[in-house]
Amino acid sequence: MSSEPRRSADPLSRHLTIVDAAAAIRRGETTSLALTTACLEQIARRDSSINAFITVLGESARIEAESADRDLAAGHDRGPLHGIPISLKDLFDVRGTPTTAASLVRTGHVASRDATIVTRLRQAGAVIIGKANLHEFALGTTNEESAYGPVRHPLDEGRSPGGSSGGSAASVLAGMAYASIGTDTGGSIRIPAAACGLVGLKPAAGDVPSDGVVPLSTTLDQAGPLCRSVDDASIVFDVLRGAPVRTAFEPRSLNGLRVGVLRDYFSSVLDSQIARLFEDACAALAGHGAVIEEVRLPHAADIAPIYVHIVLAEGAAHHAATLDSRADRYTPNVRARLETGRYILAEDYVRAMQGREVLRREVDAALATRTCLLLPTLPIVAPKLGASMVRIGSVEEPVRNVMLRLTQLFNITGHPALTIPCGVTQDRLPAGLQIVGAAGATADLIDTARLVEAHLSPGMSG
Amino acid sequence: MTIKTWLELATQDAERRGLPALRPLLEALARSTAALRMADWNDDATGGTGPANRTGVMPVTHEQ
Repeated sequence: MSSEPRRSADPLSRHLTIVDAAAAIRRGETTSLALTTACLEQIARRDSSINAFITVLGESARIEAESADRDLAAGHDRGPLHGIPISLKDLFDVRGTPTTAASLVRTGHVASRDATIVTRLRQAGAVIIGKANLHEFALGTTNEESAYGPVRHPLDEGRSPGGSSGGSAASVLAGMAYASIGTDTGGSIRIPAAACGLVGLKPAAGDVPSDGVVPLSTTLDQAGPLCRSVDDASIVFDVLRGAPVRTAFEPRSLNGLRVGVLRDYFSSVLDSQIARLFEDACAALAGHGAVIEEVRLPHAADIAPIYVHIVLAEGAAHHAATLDSRADRYTPNVRARLETGRYILAEDYVRAMQGREVLRREVDAALATRTCLLLPTLPIVAPKLGASMVRIGSVEEPVRNVMLRLTQLFNITGHPALTIPCGVTQDRLPAGLQIVGAAGATADLIDTARLVEAHLSPGMSG
Repeated sequence: MTIKTWLELATQDAERRGLPALRPLLEALARSTAALRMADWNDDATGGTGPANRTGVMPVTHEQ
């Protein structure tokens, strides 16, 4: 990998990356069983309050870990994920277990086979430690509306970890897993990753297979990893897309790298501390030679209307039968929003899809002469549980709208986007820097993110 | 269908179905739909561009 694994005094440290843990296993300092047991002990210790998991697969995880240790001892090394405990947002089918989508609508469901990405994780030797809690059917940004109760932020249990992949983020932050696989429709990997000080990757559209995954919007959904470092995200992404895990990288320099910073719509609704941390990160990159250019998108104001007409119409289509047959099993607010989607006219859905092409062309144009685009990931810190509104400066805004504001564009356009930590606020709550890459070029984006991560100060990069 | 007509029909239907709680969500969606229809990239059957269903200026706050 591009960075040497750190020798930790504690090979069971909850802050170890996959790279570190894999190296520790191969040095004989720990085992997959020890890592898995430590994760399960952490779940036992804290999950009654954090509520990151819906299903803990303790027995099977120990069996998988023991098998991984035997294989590694026999010289059958499947790569850096071999023996590493991973959690899965409870939208991914795992054979023989329920896929609840955090909803009573799916009571009684048991998956008959693994989702393709689960098969790939198993082939890579990953240990599946459990199914993570989420905002019901992924239709939300706070993880508060779940049939299994809200997830609480491991750093402040009075706050949401973000969502909809909130259980995924909380499980990694709290040391219950080394990475998690989430889904992202409007920001649901990147939002909780930013709120929890993690790396979160939404790959380019089509990179990762979606079979065996409960959908929200087939146009906008993407599965991807939440991890502790860009190197870890690179490893997991390669496994998810079915490619050989990359371990060698061309040395690159920030000097002369052209970077576009999105302004106006993307900087007009921002917590002041988040804004300052973002500007500090940009200044750090400029100090290392990056060429920072300001970018404006002419139709940024159309992002939210385009998004809502696509996500609600497609979500309503998927849920139409169960909204008629078992509506009372949904959480009330999720049900209400899906019911609202049923009233969207076909002509307006078509308009939204046409607007999608307009936005795609504008982002492509912004990236035509630049390596990447930068913007904050989340305009606010992790919100307090129960808050429907948030104050930004002198204005009160709906929490959900604010949390989606900076991420949903890249679900609409399909560009790959990744968040890395860029510091903490005065209350020690994390902020995220979002990096956006060219269409279809997720691996290039990861390489750029690795470069950015290496040039942010230790306090910035988590 | 104008947005005004759509909103009337949608809220009537929601109330008929015992879902009066949808009213504020439908009102927010109506504002979002108005913004979508007024976007300058919409074309129409005349062969020109620009919104064919102008309904005047509406507050642009988007419930999502």
